[in-house]
Amino acid sequence: MSTIQETAAEAHPANIDVPSKKNMGLGRTASWAMLIVLALLPLFVRNFVIFQMTMLLIYAIAVLALNILTGGSGQFSLGQSAFYAIGAYTAAILIEHGGVNYVLTLPAAGIICFAVGFLFGFPALRLSGIYLALATFALAVAMPQLLKLGVIEHWTGGVQGLVVTKPDAPFGLPMSQDMWLYYFTLVVSLAIYIASVNLLRSRSGRAMMAIRDNEIAAAAMGVDLSIYKTLAFGVSAGITGVAGALGAIAVQFVAPDSYTFQLAIALFLGMVVGGVGWLPGSLAGAAFIVFVPNIAEGISKGLSGAFFGVLLFVVIYLVPHGARQGAIYAETLFNKLKRS
Amino acid sequence: MTQAQLARGEAASSADPLLAVRDVSVVFGGIVALNGVSFDMKRGQILGLIGPNGAGKTTLFNCLSRLYQPSKGDILMEGVSILTRPPHKIAEVGIGRTFQNVALFPNMSVLDNVRVGMHAHTTSDIISDSLKLPWVRRSEAAINRNVDEILAYLDLTSVGHAIVSGLPFGTQKRVELARALAAEPKILLLDEPAGGLNHEEVYVLGDLIRRIRDERGITVLLVEHHMGLVMSIADHVVALNFGRKLAEGTPSQVQSDPEVIKAYLGSKDQ
Repeated sequence: MSTIQETAAEAHPANIDVPSKKNMGLGRTASWAMLIVLALLPLFVRNFVIFQMTMLLIYAIAVLALNILTGGSGQFSLGQSAFYAIGAYTAAILIEHGGVNYVLTLPAAGIICFAVGFLFGFPALRLSGIYLALATFALAVAMPQLLKLGVIEHWTGGVQGLVVTKPDAPFGLPMSQDMWLYYFTLVVSLAIYIASVNLLRSRSGRAMMAIRDNEIAAAAMGVDLSIYKTLAFGVSAGITGVAGALGAIAVQFVAPDSYTFQLAIALFLGMVVGGVGWLPGSLAGAAFIVFVPNIAEGISKGLSGAFFGVLLFVVIYLVPHGARQGAIYAETLFNKLKRS
Repeated sequence: MTQAQLARGEAASSADPLLAVRDVSVVFGGIVALNGVSFDMKRGQILGLIGPNGAGKTTLFNCLSRLYQPSKGDILMEGVSILTRPPHKIAEVGIGRTFQNVALFPNMSVLDNVRVGMHAHTTSDIISDSLKLPWVRRSEAAINRNVDEILAYLDLTSVGHAIVSGLPFGTQKRVELARALAAEPKILLLDEPAGGLNHEEVYVLGDLIRRIRDERGITVLLVEHHMGLVMSIADHVVALNFGRKLAEGTPSQVQSDPEVIKAYLGSKDQ
């Protein structure tokens, strides 16, 4: 017979410290301001910077996906790079071998990764906290080697990887490939962001957050733990897959060693820096993992890793709850200024 | 109603027990936590379950919410066994509960906590939810109307947007009650609701439990240490000790039962 020894009060699965704020989104004014900046900035910068901004958005999508899993349902994952890789290869193979339009590869990558994530979620049900993190880590470590397997080399290009053709702007729009891809990514990111905020504010999202906060109480309210935990894995993997597909198109290249566990850890870092459970923070987290390594390299080429560590330490020390804490501080300050 | 009728699961009339505990035993690796306990709960009753520490009250409670599987016996809700249902399928048959030391969703708002209470009575899927389709909006509006009504009923409207972890303990207990009521239970299981409350709060709580029964027609199972509360509001009391049913009857009958007195105060020859 089952002997559940733990009492409900002790049943917090992963003790995730989610800072308290009313919702998962951003205020109306702040959202529009952010969107205007993102929409207008590429008009004033070089193509390389536009490419970097595209990567920023792509990583923001991947961080947001992890945020839905960890911040939303309380499950850890150090294996997001595996889903990112599957999404990237799905897009690359469909475009290069199947001649599929790049736009259609995004839903394809999303659906395939959703299925993989959903299935992976079942064995993950038996694990929680750090054990789940380790299981997903194993997935991340295995993925580059799986991609090099001889049997699928014809499709994946083996160690060599695949080169992906960069799409031109459609309808003869007078913009560079980089700029078109940026705006395309921006629209996709926005759609994913809005859908994710909707999801977390809905009945399904509340069920996931209830599981994060207290599994036994959630079950007593009629929440099916296994369904919502696996769904969270599926949704997170699916969104990561879309990010991977966009990444493959933007970088124009996929190779097994682009998707090592370092990517998974970078995404995890991005989530923590952005604020666990706060979706707009994903953009700040992505900015951290895209730009801070460059800044560290600017300080010292030989010790870039060490400086990155120092900068990370400073951020975690000053704002342990990540960008969300900064946003709450800014909001209070703004309201104070408005009153005076 | 006879056992045979119960087994056939005939449509229950108002005279039949709403919940029937039949000869339930629970064994934990050789230790008998419950030993052949039986009792009935009638509709509209407030039933007090009492007993000293370790008597098996919480074990029985956990059988009712399907966290424990009895090794023997059966539990029937409106004549149908609940023992084949997993824990998350208990809310939909009309069994709601609160927890001994409050088990809320601490990082969520009061509103969201109570909204989760309606999970069992609503449906949705992740795609419609992500796209906020019209029927999702309608269902959310219905949820919000119901939640607003319950918050007003329990005087929680002013803290609706507050995050639960920052609220005083007494308020958290009321939020938990609100969450349980949101599931529109036929029977409400309260696990030591008076724990951690002061004298005045206990008095208010007793009043509230009675109101919930009278105004919302909910049957209440009250597991409680606080004798004063049980004796003042319960219609019927079941006393447990060492996993066995010691006595059953009206509060005054149970209170004057020599076995119960012995269990609580000890006998002379001990």
